[in-house]
Amino acid sequence: MYFHSVTLDEEKCRGCTNCIKRCPTEAIRVRKGRARIIDERCIDCGECIRVCPQHAKKAITDPFDAIYTFRYRVAIPAPSFYGQFKPSVSRNRLLNALKRLGFDEVFEVARAAEIVSAATRKLLARPDVKKPLISSACPAVVRLIQVRFPSLIDNLLKLQSPMELAAEIAKSRKAAAGNLSPGEVGVFFITPCAAKVTSIKAPYEKQQSYVDGAISMREIYPRVLETLEKGCEDEDLEQAGYEGIRWADSGGEGLAIGTDRFLAVDGIHNVIAILEEIENERLEDVDFVEALACTGGCLGGPLTVENKYVARTRLKKHIEEAKQKGIPPDRQEKTEEELVWSGNIEYRPVMKLDEDLREAIKKLEALEQINRELPGLDCGACGAPSCRALAEDIVRGMANETDCIFKLRERVRNLAMQMAELEAKMPPVLDRNSNGSSKENVEVEGDEG
Amino acid sequence: MNFDSIKLQYEIPANNFTAAGEIVSSMKKVLSHLVINPAVIKRVAIAAYEGEMNAVIHAGGGSVEVTIDPDKITVKIADQGAGIPDLELAMQEGYSTAPEDIKQLGFGAGMGLPNMKENADVLDIDTRVGQGTTVVITVYIR
Ligand SMILES: Nc1ncnc2c1ncn2[C@@H]1O[C@H](COP(=O)(O)OP(=O)(O)O)[C@@H](O)[C@H]1O
Ligand code: SF4
Ligand SMILES: [Mg+2]
Repeated sequence: MYFHSVTLDEEKCRGCTNCIKRCPTEAIRVRKGRARIIDERCIDCGECIRVCPQHAKKAITDPFDAIYTFRYRVAIPAPSFYGQFKPSVSRNRLLNALKRLGFDEVFEVARAAEIVSAATRKLLARPDVKKPLISSACPAVVRLIQVRFPSLIDNLLKLQSPMELAAEIAKSRKAAAGNLSPGEVGVFFITPCAAKVTSIKAPYEKQQSYVDGAISMREIYPRVLETLEKGCEDEDLEQAGYEGIRWADSGGEGLAIGTDRFLAVDGIHNVIAILEEIENERLEDVDFVEALACTGGCLGGPLTVENKYVARTRLKKHIEEAKQKGIPPDRQEKTEEELVWSGNIEYRPVMKLDEDLREAIKKLEALEQINRELPGLDCGACGAPSCRALAEDIVRGMANETDCIFKLRERVRNLAMQMAELEAKMPPVLDRNSNGSSKENVEVEGDEG
Repeated sequence: MNFDSIKLQYEIPANNFTAAGEIVSSMKKVLSHLVINPAVIKRVAIAAYEGEMNAVIHAGGGSVEVTIDPDKITVKIADQGAGIPDLELAMQEGYSTAPEDIKQLGFGAGMGLPNMKENADVLDIDTRVGQGTTVVITVYIR
């Protein structure tokens, strides 16, 4: 039904409650000692991958060898890639090392990011644009809006992401050069996260992605290190300027917009707080919102290798070097019309109790009723993230009231009390100790006699 | 019990500037279980927020009762504050009696009541000086 990159490793999962509590869309339940992801609700933000102490949540990516199914192979590294390596390695050497792994070409997503930034600036200047414009660069945030903030769908920046644009440019260039059919060119994204993988395999804004596969930054990292050690001959592969590189960090996309009226928020729970503000129209002084699911932006992506704070420092070095180099002059710009999504996204009411409003109201009333009876401790022992979520599951027929350990105890106590009561009601002839009379009386009688 | 409608109740504490936002978020969470046009929910949320904020700022807190019927959502905000002496004046854009320190916090732009009027299908205000104010916001679902 839904493709998700984020999946569960059944072997490793021990059924603890860490992930259910952190999931921003209440998409996880623990059942029979294992976490279960509710497909419909998952937005692939990767929060559970990060918090799982057993490392039982994983991201499905393409194996490296998938590149060999194509005759001509292009690597498109996310800007966060540059932050993963020792500061002594220049960006150009990194790009060369990446290419040597088996690619015919490397095209920086950071370069495409600059084109997207230029188009965003133009779009923002148009009077008919709905403000604040919310970046669509992070697919997890787009999906969050789709399931939890439907009234903000109109605020989304409906331009192709830098990743899609990079792939499109790489492909169309090759096609224009002739001698290769489009099917023979394979473009692979070096990804910091699961969300991007899902956006490639199941894009929301169109039928098919330009990207042919996604390789985890974690998987490619040791290979790049190995190649770097061997040393490699350098050709000039740097095309992006500092503005594009800076997209890897929280605030990078916003800074490229060139306005003070932007807000950058990172970390999925912080993003939710800001989206609430926008939905309630309490953010009038902001024109552009950059919202990234990961704390630290893509540098904090679940598939990155380096600590995000260390990576940030390293990225700064690349930014400075790019500034010094100066942005190359042959900018291939695209108009905002050329970048606009071919499709649109629709509200997915994943929390609905029933299609029919009357029916849904009935179920909601039942939900509230059950919720009032639960202890309100949100302990998670029932496998649901909160008492309210358990009440919801009960109404949906997916759980029972006795899944709550407190309710279970209450029931056991009631049963025990009933048993005690019944026991007290035993016929006296069967109970030798009852009211302590018969035996004593006999003895007393005997003493007297 | 009437299963065709549902009531939710919340308390609005005095001097708590985040309470209105929190109440609105939990209202929205409840409403997300029903398939209602997001634009309708948004209007309810904005109007309710302003009304709750007024109870916080001008009336020392109050209470909210949300009723969801198959055809409409009603939000009743009641307080026992000072009441509004001149309602017509209060309804004007930019009119505010909020004290300076509150204005400094970014509230008291005098747009609350006009905003409620704009977002509600029906706005009913019953206010008595010295006794309190009851605001009923109605938004139709269809
Ligand atoms: N619940 C209330 N109790 C007393 N006075 C109120 C109440 N709600 C509104 N008012 C009065 O109406 C004025 C205008 O309200 P509103 O349009 O919300 O602007 P603001 O809250 O920014 O002052 C307030 O300044 C206040 O004098
Ligand atoms: S912030 Fe970046 S790394 Fe994290 S989910 Fe979004 S796109 Fe992926
Ligand atoms: Mg007000």
